[in-house]
Amino acid sequence: MKRSHWSIPYAVFLGVFVVLPLLLILVYALQDGSGHFTFANIARFFSDSDALGTFAVSLEIAIENTLICILLGYPAAWILANRELNRSAVTIVLFILPMWINALMRTLATAELFSMFGIQLGKGTLLFGMVYDYLPFMIYPIYNVLNKMDKSYAEAAQDLGATPWKVFWKVTVPLSMPGVASGVLMVFMPTVSTFAISEFLTNNKIKLFGTIIQENINSSMWNYGAALALIMLVIIGISTMFTGGRGEAEEALI
Amino acid sequence: MAGEEHIIDLKHVSKSFGGKVVLDDINLYIRKGEFVTLLGPSGCGKTTTLRLIAGFLAPDEGEILLDGRDISGIPPYKRPFNTVFQRYALFPHLDVFENIAFGLKLQKVPADEIEQRVRKVLKMVSMTDYEERDVDSLSGGQQQRVAIARALVNQPKILLLDEPLAALDLKLRKDMQIELKEMHRELGITFIYVTHDQEEALTLSDTIVVMDEGRIQQIGTPAEVYNEPVNAFVADFIGESNILNGTMIRDRRVSFIGHEFDCVDEGFGENKPVDVVVRPEDIYFTQKEEKTQFTATVKSCTFKGVHYEMYVDSDTGYELMIQNYDAYPVDSVVRLYIDPDDIQVMHKERTCNTFEGVMKDETHVEMLGGTFECLPQPDLRAGDKVAVEVDFDKVDLLDHQEEGELAGEVHFLLYKGDHYHLTILTEDGDHLWVDTDDIWDKGDQVGVNFAPQDLKISKRHEA
Repeated sequence: MKRSHWSIPYAVFLGVFVVLPLLLILVYALQDGSGHFTFANIARFFSDSDALGTFAVSLEIAIENTLICILLGYPAAWILANRELNRSAVTIVLFILPMWINALMRTLATAELFSMFGIQLGKGTLLFGMVYDYLPFMIYPIYNVLNKMDKSYAEAAQDLGATPWKVFWKVTVPLSMPGVASGVLMVFMPTVSTFAISEFLTNNKIKLFGTIIQENINSSMWNYGAALALIMLVIIGISTMFTGGRGEAEEALI
Repeated sequence: MAGEEHIIDLKHVSKSFGGKVVLDDINLYIRKGEFVTLLGPSGCGKTTTLRLIAGFLAPDEGEILLDGRDISGIPPYKRPFNTVFQRYALFPHLDVFENIAFGLKLQKVPADEIEQRVRKVLKMVSMTDYEERDVDSLSGGQQQRVAIARALVNQPKILLLDEPLAALDLKLRKDMQIELKEMHRELGITFIYVTHDQEEALTLSDTIVVMDEGRIQQIGTPAEVYNEPVNAFVADFIGESNILNGTMIRDRRVSFIGHEFDCVDEGFGENKPVDVVVRPEDIYFTQKEEKTQFTATVKSCTFKGVHYEMYVDSDTGYELMIQNYDAYPVDSVVRLYIDPDDIQVMHKERTCNTFEGVMKDETHVEMLGGTFECLPQPDLRAGDKVAVEVDFDKVDLLDHQEEGELAGEVHFLLYKGDHYHLTILTEDGDHLWVDTDDIWDKGDQVGVNFAPQDLKISKRHEA
């Protein structure tokens, strides 16, 4: 048996569980209820002010969530990667520990806490839940890049007259951008399509794009649901291009 | 060239990392405009010394003076030095121009002046027209040049170079050595250069500082360090050499390899054991019987380009290395002599192992982190502090660490013509020295034992 034959099971898996579903989404999105080819589903989205509004809210929430994750996650990653401030691996595990628990359960627990303390559910609680869920996905790739960064760059900058503050802004931050890019990919993309968090943490007061896809599918509007999913995939695809060298961003995860 | 004025003084500088002493009481001054090389094997403390001067590390003890003023409290970004790093550390997110301009921009130098100075320094390192290039697209040699340019453009008082040529291939390294030497002459600033390559140190330096195990072994010009090594370590590390046990019979007369020779050294006393160094190019062949000091049989002869390298066995059974422009056939018997000037006599640092120990009972002594059996010591009681002497050839080395009372590794070895002289570093960080006919390699793990009758124990009196 040739070595290349070993990849057959994986190719089959990819075909059945990745390529086929994507093709099905494409096919459903471009059909009407009776199986005729049409662009109507896609056109409907652009004239559906409800869907457009939800889409705008989803983008806004996703962008806000990503920004908050960067603002909180970058300093955390920097502290974790700094051997003078953090001498133990335990703290790193503590940051990653929440990822071991199912996100749905954490969200439910968070919702319970809010109701226990009598906190009104709304945008604030939604963002809190999202940041709580996705922060580790921002910290980890940034930490990885900072941790592997050759310390001699910072030394060279100091040697050339840079104060610690300038070293950080002129060397550390630019060199850690691949980690930030990969963190953005891992936080932004899933938050656009999430629906469970908004369901539990706002009682569906705030609908996200994922919510309306789910609603359409649940009410057997397969074709429109598929069209919305297709549009979301395209948007996500475009947003990954903005994060620049994908190769670098992926490297940050290793 | 170098004036008399000191630019850098290191006074009683010590540094440890996690309990391990890396620098032990370093005293060193560097003159303005001098090309100084810190030379030594890896782990000798040379890079630590450079990093202390640069300010990346602070000394545990002692002080570092710049122009007579203590700079211990000054952070690296305020020190008027620039460093060329071993792996260059060029910023990958900046192009060549931006890399070199990095320091000038921080100093808020006007843009047109930056432009001018960067161009000038690029010309100096023969990298004109590379301004826009990505640093990752440059070859190792080109990156090296950019790293030098990036340091020099800031017009530092001292240029620090940390093994800057180690990553380059031989030919390029030789070319860069010449260029560095020329830059040093042109700029007139002080260069402090770290390397483990003795040839590089000999080629480049005004002064060589030979270091080993955190201590300075010798400071001198290349010629001094080569011709008059102060100890066996320096002689072995710099150039090829025959290092032999000898006895100073009286002033200007020394015996080694079973023969007596005239030499030029005085003041060692009479019948004192010494180390003798003879460089392989300083053993001469002769046809005349009256000039002959000893005869030898050629054992091997290898062509090395400019010269032949021969190993000979002397009539008294010592192996010597000789380099000569003429080849002598293997198995031929040759007549040899050595000029008195070419015999370098050195004090022996020690003639036997001396350990501090404590008596456990009448027949056991505790030392070096182990307990050893000794002959009954009726005059000593348990708890008495003692000095234990063991001759170099009375130390038993065992193939497996667990077979010995002590475990250690071969740290350094010298061939002394008819036996090996090893330095063993024990697991507790103690040194012991061993003469042996067996062949060991550096880094070999060994067990160490002593026979009870070989421990010479005497009571230690507190000073």
